[in-house]
Amino acid sequence: MNNIIEIVSSPWPWWIAGPAIALLMFALIYFGNSFGFSANFRTICSMFGAGKSCDFFDFDWKKQTWNLVFAIGAILGGFIASQYLSSGDAIALSEKTITELQGYGLENPGADIVPMSIFSFESLFTLKGLIFIVLGGFCVGFGTRYAGGCTSGHAISGLSDLQLASLIAVIGFFIGGLSITYFVLPLILPA
Amino acid sequence: MKYFKYLILGTVFGIVLTKAELISWFRIYEMFRFQSFHMYGVIGSAVVLGVIITQIIKRTNMKDAKGEPIIIAPKKLSVWRYLLGGIIFGFGWALTGACPGPMFILAGNGVFVIFVAIASGLLGTFVYGKIRHKLPH
Repeated sequence: MNNIIEIVSSPWPWWIAGPAIALLMFALIYFGNSFGFSANFRTICSMFGAGKSCDFFDFDWKKQTWNLVFAIGAILGGFIASQYLSSGDAIALSEKTITELQGYGLENPGADIVPMSIFSFESLFTLKGLIFIVLGGFCVGFGTRYAGGCTSGHAISGLSDLQLASLIAVIGFFIGGLSITYFVLPLILPA
Repeated sequence: MKYFKYLILGTVFGIVLTKAELISWFRIYEMFRFQSFHMYGVIGSAVVLGVIITQIIKRTNMKDAKGEPIIIAPKKLSVWRYLLGGIIFGFGWALTGACPGPMFILAGNGVFVIFVAIASGLLGTFVYGKIRHKLPH
């Protein structure tokens, strides 16, 4: 029994997580829906009455309730995993990543799930906090809707269905992500 | 209780992504620097099994839980919206270290400042809705 607890609380390998995500996608399809998380952003906008001023949000958001419930489950799952299924060990990042991030002044990369020196309320009103949290969040919301999906909708569901559109979107995800990581982060992380 | 199953599926989603560290800013950084196989293993194995599942659904004309035929709608092909939208999302992915799902899961992990990123994401979606007619699609 202790052995099982140990296995569950240590980090899960990619070959558990990947297939589990595919099975979740199947479950959502089987129940008559689809796997696309960012649609919740549009739904919540509509819930708050954005449909009155913009036809993009003028739809029957109640039909998307299942996805909102799925999102609430995601929060709950995050809570359960961090409270009851965590070993508390640092993330086993590659040596290169650790050295590089330390070079940018981040202390103990991987000790927390995110760099706490950036993702905290204290840093929210600094330039760094505004760029990483506020601007970053804005791009996620704007970009996913423009592209019609995020990692779940395009990279998982769309590629699984061999959709060329999703491949273009995923290429876009990487052009954007690589540009920030290679050209922008080296400038703003040490700041 | 028709929504209960979605609560369970969402909870499993949150647990899996937390336990495999997919919600970690550090893992996303490491992925974009090509310094670990972890994220590629996750996405790659999800897609490989996903392709198999999708092919089985289509070739067997599988019915869903209500007995209706499963229709996976093809996405309308164009370049601009997917490429430009994808790039903008990529900017946000590398900065926040999270896509929309992981943002919610991070909140469950106690990273409450992520609610600000979520609020900002809602604003981003709203602005897209407002100006979308002016954008190339």
